[in-house]
Amino acid sequence: MIAIQIKKTLDSPAGPMVLDLDLELKKNQIIAFYGASGAGKTSALRILAGLLQPDRGSIQVEGQVWFQSNPKVFSLRPQERNIGFVFQDYALFPNMTVLENLEFAASQGKNVNLDHLLELTELGDLAHKKPKTLSGGQQQRVALARALAQRPKILLLDEPLSALDESIRRKLQFCVLEAHKEYQLTTILVSHNKEEIIKLSDWAIQLKEGKVVQQGAPINLFSSKKIPEKFKVSGEILDFTQKDNVVEVQLLVQDHVFKMEIEQKKADSLRVGDQIVLASNDFRPKLYKK
Amino acid sequence: MIWDTLLLTLQLALVTTFFLLLVSIPLASWLAQSKSKVKPILETLVSMPLVLPPTVIGFYFLVAFSPGNAFGNWLNEWFGIKLVFSFPGLVLASILYSLPFMVHPIQSGLAAVSPSLKEAAYLMGKSKRETLVKVLLPNIRPALLTGMVLSFAHTIGEFGVVLMIGGNIPGVTKVASIAIYDEVEALNYQAANQYAAVLFVATFCILFLVYLINGRYFKTFWK
Repeated sequence: MIAIQIKKTLDSPAGPMVLDLDLELKKNQIIAFYGASGAGKTSALRILAGLLQPDRGSIQVEGQVWFQSNPKVFSLRPQERNIGFVFQDYALFPNMTVLENLEFAASQGKNVNLDHLLELTELGDLAHKKPKTLSGGQQQRVALARALAQRPKILLLDEPLSALDESIRRKLQFCVLEAHKEYQLTTILVSHNKEEIIKLSDWAIQLKEGKVVQQGAPINLFSSKKIPEKFKVSGEILDFTQKDNVVEVQLLVQDHVFKMEIEQKKADSLRVGDQIVLASNDFRPKLYKK
Repeated sequence: MIWDTLLLTLQLALVTTFFLLLVSIPLASWLAQSKSKVKPILETLVSMPLVLPPTVIGFYFLVAFSPGNAFGNWLNEWFGIKLVFSFPGLVLASILYSLPFMVHPIQSGLAAVSPSLKEAAYLMGKSKRETLVKVLLPNIRPALLTGMVLSFAHTIGEFGVVLMIGGNIPGVTKVASIAIYDEVEALNYQAANQYAAVLFVATFCILFLVYLINGRYFKTFWK
């Protein structure tokens, strides 16, 4: 179990912000941090990795003290935390090939089957290529494979799945899930994407301006209980068009855009960009193959 | 005679560049990541030779290490080290004088490397030293080369420091730039021209090389 109880003042674009976390994270789970950018998600990961030192508090992992400010400031060096970290910019070493990147991470006297790792992340053919020659999705899988090569107990992923198209995203999600199971990791990831969080994680934690606003199993967190209808999908408002007595609203649900009419009164309380839930009891959809 | 002098010049530049590299890598790496209050002072000191007349460095060097003074005398009596009017003294003065030409490229090279590379290596359990040698330095090879070539060329071109500290002892401290001055003083323009032409061509070639590499013409060979 990971017990984090820390405070850290961060510089945000809106001025100083206090990151105030009090969390207990269970072993062998996939945990997702989500929230608006600047909420302190990445800083939370960096603090756990030892790359950023909290002002005060304590971090304990499996009973071992990683950080404490009382009675004396102690911080376990990042070198001793055995954390696999997938950076937002991947941080692949440009002077080494894919295989050399993995070997560099693995050279700690641990017996790691790098061939298997390359196979798992579908990188076998690219082992002797330099990172620069790879596509974004391939680079991400190298970053993941490299993080796994050091046989970490904890895997941290800083928005690894952003800025990628759907199929590449799905491939990496699959790799993360496989690796998580196979290596019995505790995985913590930062994500913007609710669908992804529901798909991957066992526990989701929402941060807002440095504080935990809510946490729970993602299914419970993202499905609103106040809406009685059986069928619910979430989406976003793209545009309004005024029409006689009604307002036509343009919606984005997943990757589909469509229009529907709503009452003027309802439209007054909504704005472009609002997240909405479409709910219905009358659920008789037709099924199409994509 | 002319080849002796040119050989000595080359020797001084090579030895200076070698020691400069050893000194500058740790210094530049500290400067690139430190947030210490001492840093601006150290940065200023490193950059001083850029603006200070070389004779000032030479003068203080002469004062400090002259056997007529307490410190120079102590060095001489206890360790038998005589830095004034000697080749080792010339090397030491040249290192100080060319320091910014080596430190600046390495420092900015290291500062330009994404910090996540360093952090990734630390998280893999690598020490700072191993990270520097295996991750950071290989990725700033153009900066290292620029630093080496500039220091080498700058050492060949120095005059004031060498004159003050080294004097003009043939085969020991008489380098090409001094020799030119000497020959002109003696109205021996032809000999002066020989030295000058060699220096002119050599300096052109060296700097041309730097611009070629910085212009990435050599990228495919270098990376």
